[in-house]
Amino acid sequence: MSILVNRDTRVICQGITGKVGEFHTRGCLDYGTRMVGGVTPGKGGEKVAGLPVFDTVAEARAATGANATMIFVPPAFAADAILEAVGSGIELVIAITEGIPVLDMARVMPVVKASQSRLIGPNCPGVITPGECKIGIMPGYIHTPGHVGVMSRSGTLTYEAVWQLTQLGHGQSTCVGLGGDPLVGSSFIDILELFQNDPDTHAILMMGEIGGSAEEEAAAFVKAHVTKPVAAFIAGRTAPPGKRMGHAGAIISGGKGTAEAKLAALRDAGIEVAESPADMGASLVRAMGGKR
Amino acid sequence: MKIHEFQAKELLRAAGVPVLAGRVATTASEAAAAFTALGTPVCAVKAQIHAGGRGKGKVKGSEQRGVELAKSAADAERIAAGLLGQTLVTIQTGPEGQVVRRVFVESGCGIDRELYCAVLVDRRVGSPVLIASTAGGMDIEEVAAKTPELILSEPFDPDRGLAGYQARLLASKLKLPTPSWRHAETFFRTLCRAFVDLDASLVEINPLVLTKEGTLVALDAKMTFDDNALFRHKELAALRDEAEEEPAETRAAAAGLSYVKLNGTIGCLVNGAGLAMSTMDLVKYHGGEPANFLDVGGGADVKQVTEAFRIILSDKHVKAILVHIFGGIMRCTTIATALVEASKTVGFTVPLVVRLEGTEVEEGKKILAASGAAIITADGLTDAAQKVVAAAKACHTPGTSP
Repeated sequence: MSILVNRDTRVICQGITGKVGEFHTRGCLDYGTRMVGGVTPGKGGEKVAGLPVFDTVAEARAATGANATMIFVPPAFAADAILEAVGSGIELVIAITEGIPVLDMARVMPVVKASQSRLIGPNCPGVITPGECKIGIMPGYIHTPGHVGVMSRSGTLTYEAVWQLTQLGHGQSTCVGLGGDPLVGSSFIDILELFQNDPDTHAILMMGEIGGSAEEEAAAFVKAHVTKPVAAFIAGRTAPPGKRMGHAGAIISGGKGTAEAKLAALRDAGIEVAESPADMGASLVRAMGGKR
Repeated sequence: MKIHEFQAKELLRAAGVPVLAGRVATTASEAAAAFTALGTPVCAVKAQIHAGGRGKGKVKGSEQRGVELAKSAADAERIAAGLLGQTLVTIQTGPEGQVVRRVFVESGCGIDRELYCAVLVDRRVGSPVLIASTAGGMDIEEVAAKTPELILSEPFDPDRGLAGYQARLLASKLKLPTPSWRHAETFFRTLCRAFVDLDASLVEINPLVLTKEGTLVALDAKMTFDDNALFRHKELAALRDEAEEEPAETRAAAAGLSYVKLNGTIGCLVNGAGLAMSTMDLVKYHGGEPANFLDVGGGADVKQVTEAFRIILSDKHVKAILVHIFGGIMRCTTIATALVEASKTVGFTVPLVVRLEGTEVEEGKKILAASGAAIITADGLTDAAQKVVAAAKACHTPGTSP
């Protein structure tokens, strides 16, 4: 078991004819993902990496039975691509694209909420269930099958955490990149709920960042609903205040958003905190108390 | 992207948001002429810099404040002379301050009450929100922390805009006199519309003034824009004031890199914002001081990475560089090729510590090894941080080798 994706997930790539889309479609194929096709408007009938290309998601879904999509469409058109995937009934929409205007995402969010689809990202590395299915840009070899659920707002930081886990002998059930943008389809809480209900996930490692209040909300959720061991790291403890997060974030969260506030909330929820980024894997081992 | 107050007010005026008449001046005599032309008994003379806290801020070496009232043309001239070309220090500029190149001379108005309002995107709600408070003219972060009940918030759909009833709800909670409600409704809805139309990331009106005549006026205005949406707002490009920006940051932005200058000695080149912040955390954890935040992003090419090295090396305080790449979209071969390229064209004058992992890592390491460039390789995070901190410290003590 795992969450979101497994060996039966049938995946298309929106933006498959682009350089990046093609490169990572090949990467997913090499990993063993069941890639079944791609979509680029106006390029239907072509083939990329041996896969059929369709003009629309609806056609691709009808022809291939796809239930997941990986989006590499350029930022100006990416929100529309998400809407197309949702409108075509794709269950799992994973948007890798970085740089989508935030108001475009504000327009997409209510549509996603009202639908049966789940959106991961944008601006995320994707989702991987090691040994079964990789949808996204993460390097496959750092992962190993196992029982730790991993989730993060930052792509490359997730790789680092996964690499540490793998080297410590702890495999992963599923790793989820939530995305670094202000508005993303799934939150820590959404994924925590899935991990809590997944019998194959025995512990959870999460990586947050300064700014916003997602980590505080996740901590409150863990305290109330999660019985599995949880460890966490917050990036940006030493970032100078005011440089990146302007007025806006601070007002909206009522003084929350600092690393200190987040760490305090995590500790209060009984979460094992990683003191440095080199300590992420070890913090999970501590949280598990020697169990596997 | 940030812009000046006077530019924000021009945009707001064009959108139909009430602002006061004002003129920009770059010399003291222009400021005096502006006062005369405006023809009101009192004017405010306001320093134009890309930072807030101007009213309480002071010019270095004098008692001149960033915003002052002038009652005559001579007054305006004196205040402008005290500001122009001088360095203004506010809580947002840091102790080094910012040079004032322009002042905005603005008509006065009869103030009944000072309020606060802002439009921004709320991550939790997933939509833009209009925020308002009776605590106008104050440090809003402090208000939010100490008295969160004073902060009112109304979310709205970007395409439908703020509904009339939401504006009235705010007007009522702000205890505006009933005859002013219709005016408030227009003000708030127009402001929200302008936010969406311009793809702003923040519009902040502090203070928002209820005049003695019962109308609302934006007395101050701060606007920033979503950099990701600038491609569809060519008209905003002309408002960019590069003189207000850190030159290296401007250069980085032009190359598609995310760079923030800091005050340490260890240059950092990392892929991904989270990993970049974590790398800075780790450098500090091992006793070093990062000289910058630099995220080369997911899809950087050899040219961008070479430019990233030039930018880091242009900071004379840099004593060592840490390259930390965990390849995903970014291939380790790209960064390795760029490193070799940069060592030839830029020339590294300081020790370089490299930690590579991820996509095409073995090929990347081979490229580095084959190049013969003087590179200290590291395995793992801690090893990389310790090596770069040691290398930077060795540079402080002549005679010892890294």
